[in-house]
This record gives sequence, C-alpha cells and structure tokens, in this order.
Amino acid sequence: MTGNHIRGFSNHGVHPVVSADREITGEDVQDVVKNAKAINLPVENSVIHAIRQHFQVDDQTGILNPVGMFGAKVEVDVHVVHGHVNRLKNSIAVVKGLQLEVEEVVFNGLASSLALLSNEQKELGSLVIDIGGGTTDYAVYCDGIIKHTGVLAVGGDHISNDLAYGLKVPLGRAEQLKVDHGSAVLEPAIKGQTVELPGQLGLPFKSINLEHLRRIMSLRLEEIFELIEREISPLGWLEHLRAGVFLCGGGARIPQIQALAENVFQLPAFLGKTSSISGLKSALDQPEFATAIGLVRFGSLQQKRKPGGALTDGLKKTLAEMFKR
Amino acid sequence: MTTPLENADAGPAEATDAAALRKTIRIKVCGVGGAGCNAADFIAQTKFESVDFLLVNTDAQALGAASLPDKFVLGRQRTRGLGTGGDPELGRAAAEDDAARLRSICEGVDILFVLAGMGGGTGTGAAPVLARVARESGALVLAMATLPFDFEGVRRQRQAAAGLHQLKAAADAVICLPNQKLFKMLDENTSVLEAFKIGNTLMADGLRGIWRLLTQTGLINVDFADLCSVTRGRHVASSFATAEAGGEKRGEQALEKLLAHPLLDGGQVLNESDAVLVSLAGGPDLTMSEVNKVMEPIHRQCENAHLILGAVIDEAFTGRLSVTLIASQRRSAESAPAAESGLAAAGRQADEPEFLDPAATPRPASRMVAPAPEMSNEKKEQMYTRQTGHARKKSARMQRELPLEIVFKGRFEKSEPTIRHGEDLDLPTYIRRGVALN
Repeated sequence: MTGNHIRGFSNHGVHPVVSADREITGEDVQDVVKNAKAINLPVENSVIHAIRQHFQVDDQTGILNPVGMFGAKVEVDVHVVHGHVNRLKNSIAVVKGLQLEVEEVVFNGLASSLALLSNEQKELGSLVIDIGGGTTDYAVYCDGIIKHTGVLAVGGDHISNDLAYGLKVPLGRAEQLKVDHGSAVLEPAIKGQTVELPGQLGLPFKSINLEHLRRIMSLRLEEIFELIEREISPLGWLEHLRAGVFLCGGGARIPQIQALAENVFQLPAFLGKTSSISGLKSALDQPEFATAIGLVRFGSLQQKRKPGGALTDGLKKTLAEMFKR
Repeated sequence: MTTPLENADAGPAEATDAAALRKTIRIKVCGVGGAGCNAADFIAQTKFESVDFLLVNTDAQALGAASLPDKFVLGRQRTRGLGTGGDPELGRAAAEDDAARLRSICEGVDILFVLAGMGGGTGTGAAPVLARVARESGALVLAMATLPFDFEGVRRQRQAAAGLHQLKAAADAVICLPNQKLFKMLDENTSVLEAFKIGNTLMADGLRGIWRLLTQTGLINVDFADLCSVTRGRHVASSFATAEAGGEKRGEQALEKLLAHPLLDGGQVLNESDAVLVSLAGGPDLTMSEVNKVMEPIHRQCENAHLILGAVIDEAFTGRLSVTLIASQRRSAESAPAAESGLAAAGRQADEPEFLDPAATPRPASRMVAPAPEMSNEKKEQMYTRQTGHARKKSARMQRELPLEIVFKGRFEKSEPTIRHGEDLDLPTYIRRGVALN
C-alpha cells in the first residue's frame, strides 16, 4: 500500500506501573502501547501500522522487552503509519476484484525494507528508498527498529513526464528514452551528444540532445533525494545511518543512481539485494521485486507469530470447515 | 572635458557663466498623492537649496496636514476633495480636469521631480498626467516612485505596475523604490512611523544624489542624458543606493556601505543589472586612488553592464565622500523594445488595439513562464486575427489577453497536485528551478 495520503509519525505513550511490587507485567506493556496508539487522527484516516519502538522504564531507555523489570512508569514510542480510509479501501477492492482475499495491508516502504535489510543492517542503521512509478517510499531503520517512514508522491512517472515535456516527445517515447539512455548523473563528456529517434519507416526523424535528457532526469532525481533528506535530517537520523542508503524499486535501475544518492546524503549508497528468501537468485534479485518479496516475508512472519498458525493447522481448519457444511 | 590650457583661457568667464546658468535652472519637486506628499514634505525639511516644492493630492484633508505652503487639491469637482479611494482612473481623471492648472505650474520649470507612491489612486493615476504635462511645457521630468509592500495585495501591485509603466512612458526617467526591500532595513522594534521615515530618507538621499549630479558640473561630468540612458527603456526596476563616508578610509567605507545597502540586495542587483550609473561626490582632496577603490569592485560586480561614472567636486564635501549608484535591470527581452518606444506610446494612436499594449495586461513576474517570443506588433495582430478567424471590430478589441501561465502537467493533469514546501512537484524540476536547456 502506498500513496500520497500515507503518513508516518512517531508517538509517545506513558503508563504508570500500578502493581504493588512495581513489577512490569504483560498487561502494563499492552496498556502503554495502547496509550501510545491513542493518537488524534482525522476521522477519515485509519492506522495501517503501529510499530513498537523502544521501551523506557523510568529513565532507562532502549529496552526491548520490559516485562519482568521493576519501575514506577513505563513509556514507549510507537511509529504509526496511517492513511486515508477510502483510498485504502479502493486498493483493497481492486485486489478483491481478482478473487483474492486481503489478509492484511502493508506499507510499501516497510515491505521493501523487510526484503532488503539484514538484521545487522537494521541494527547499524539504514535508509531504504523505494523509487516506484508513482511514489517514492522510504523507511529509516536504527538500532534494529523502524524510526521513520514516509511517502513522496513523485516517482519514475514524473521522470518520464518531465522528459516528455522537456524534450517534446510523446510519453511512451519518453519512457523508452529514460530506459535506454537515462542516467542519474550528468557527466561532462555527454555535452553535445545526441540520440537519433527513428521514425515509423526506420529513418531518423528527430534527434534528442543527450545532455538535456540527463539534466532533466538528474535534476528530478536529485530533488527526490533532497526532499527525503530534508524530511529526515531534522529528526537527526541521518547521523545514525551507518550501514548506508539502500535503493530499490524500478527507479534503482537508473544507471549511477547510487552515485547521486551518495552525493546527496553523504552516505554510502547501494542497490538493495533481496537476500531474505530462497529461490532462483537471478530471477528474484530485481529491484522492482523488493516490495513483493517483502510482502511474502511479512506474511511468513505473521504466520509464525500466530499461535498454531502453521500451514498444517490452517489446512486442518479449512478442511474441518468444509466437512461441517 | 576641456584641457587645462583652454580652461585657463576661459576660466573666469566660464565660472560666471556656470553660476548664472545654475541660477537660471529652476528645479521643482512635486509630491503627488499621499505617499508623494509625505515624501516631499519630509525632503523639504532636510534643507534643499534653490528648489521649490509643491504638493498635489485629491485628498484635501491629507493635504491640509502637510506643512508646506505650496499645495493644491486636484479634481475638486470630481472627488470633492475626498480622495480617490484607490482608483487610478479617478486619479487620472482628476488630474486631467486640472491639466491647465498643472501646466501653469510647470511653466518655466527646467527640471521637475515627481514623487509618487504607486498602487493607490492619486499617485498612480495623476503622476503620469503631471509628468506628461510638464514635459509638454518643456521641463525635464524625473519621477521617483515607490512600489507597494507585498502584503498590500496583488491588486495594488498590478495597479502599481500599470502606473509605473505609464509613468515611464510620460517621464524622462523613472527610479523606483520597492517598499518591500525596506523590510531588510527594519528590525522587530521598528515602528510604522520610523519605517516610513526610512523610506522617505532613502528617497531624499536618492533625490539629493541625482540633484547634485544634474546641477553641479562634474570633474567627470554626468548629465541628464546619461541618467536617461540608464533609466529609460528598462522594464521594471531601477534601484538606487547612496552611501557616505568620511575620514581616512572613506573610499573603502563608502564602498562597503554601498554594497551592504538593502536596496542592492547585498550587491546582487549589481550582478543582474544591465546599466549602472555611479556618481561620486568629494571635496577637492578627492584622490584618484579613492575613485579607483570605489569603482574597481563595482565594475567587477557588474562586468557585463553598461557603466557610467561621474565625479563631482564640492567644497562642502571636504574630507568626505558620497557615492550615488543607480542600477537598472532589463527584466525580459520583450519588454525592452516595448519600453523603448515608451515615449511614442504616450501619444499613441487611440485606435490601436489595446490587447497589444503590454501595459494593459500586466503579468506578475513568474519564473515558471518563458518569455513570449519576440515579434512585431503587426505580427501579433496578424496572429490574433488568424486565431479569431476575422478581423475584430474596434469595440471588441478591448478583450484582454489571458496570461499564459500554464505548464502542461502531462499525465498528472487530472490527478491531485503534489505540493511539498509550496512547490507543485508534478511540474518538471528543471522548470521550477529555472534551468534553461540549450
């Protein structure tokens, strides 16, 4: 799930420990998370994710599981991703139209980061940027947990559109030019080079200045990165990203996009590798598939979490239901 | 310049000639409208020799409050002395009613300074009329106009732009002071009164600089023609700045003050300007190296501009140095020829269609828009008739041109705009950043 309507922000919840011996119980943890989730959302928005971050017991920060600890009050930070209800429902309706059940909704940036990042990378701190067609989603991991997520409703389509406008070619042609001759960085050597566009009869009918093409692309991509940087740098996470920036989505196919990202963020930048699932590496290790693979992984994690949620149990249940009828 | 030899020959005779000439030059400062009257009133208090002052306004009450003796109410029959309520047409009509009286006032005046605040009714409407009348009666007309603050709204800005254009067509030279730039000189605690006083002081300084430039014979002479060559035919803003310094390091200090002047945007205006006039005034002890110290950095700042230098020696400036700088900038390629023919525009044929008049459709400056291709008026008309299919009747020609401000958003045309930090991200980045291809 993605779109301009999706927002991510962090909220803080506090809960006093009421038991006589001041031991924190599972109930206290549930309460504090509930407090943190109680946020003022506009009525038409609903929560997609509420991801638990670190707990704090009295003044001790960075606790992953406070159950069994002693303290007067327990606090927690929750990262909430929320979106517009109707828009979410629209997407769900589309999937349902394909005769598929929608079990859960996952934010794109989260799914991509699940596919790309290893636990060490999450621990070290990384920024995942998924440059899709219509949107660019990003997620910041630090100390093993999600610190920030966001959506920028600018993506590969905007690049094509800019090219179509700037080079005065039809949109389809612009798309093809982007794929064939695009680059994120403007090299000095490109000056004066042109690309011949073949007409219907195969004869060249228009020549495109390669420098213009690259300049339009690189300005747009640079702006995307700058907007993300502008979003996360005030929160102070940029200094904590020791693993670097990981790029995925169709936009990550643009040549030299790592160099541009390195330049903007002043951090090492890589193309994300989907290492989290087994299978044919060459077929699956495509930047576009990061979100899909992440969804599979998210699903498998959910399955594991459910008590007795193993595949055999599920199968048994469905069979039993069938026989009941 | 004359050689020293010739100078020695005709020395005394020339001096007396000059003195006589100076006496015969009659200079008048005329404030038009509320802002203009306030400015003129203020300037009159700052000791100006051999200059007459006159205040003209449609608002009798405001005029009554001014301390100068010489004043009169415009268009008494039309507005009953109650002002124009911000309508430039009314201001213009009031001035036209009293054109005869204005003419009699301008009789025998050699140089007329018109001070007016653009954007309101009287200043915007009446100042061009006064300028025209004065020119017709043989005076050189130099107008100083203030432009409204941004918070005064788009309507006033438009009126101001239209008024300024008309003023440019009517006057020999126009220098404008965008009030918005005053903000840089103000701090949190500046009162409104002080703010306007600063504006008036700036005007007074500028006026004094120009007055000195015109009336005093210079070591390196700059005359009215030079001033006109800088200020005329430029589209919107000419900026001016004055700075004064004394003491040993006056050269460096004056330059420093000048470049820090808020109206020059920290020297940025210089970089962008096409024509710059610099006038230095110093005592007999002014050294060549001081002139060089001031001129050299200014010249470096505006390498591509047409630079005019003037220097005046005045006993009163012994030990001091005053620099007056006027910079003007061509805003767009199309406007230059339009403004160049500005003088002709004043007497333009009435049957010329108004849609061809750039003043009729003042557009707010926008960097989203590429300047319209340059073409002659006939060509424009041709295109217009081709578009409409038949030649229009005269009455129909009043139809205004729609501002062409739309950048086609392609596939995002129908979707909700993506606004971040006040920018529409659906528009190509290179257009928003003003990066030119080619």
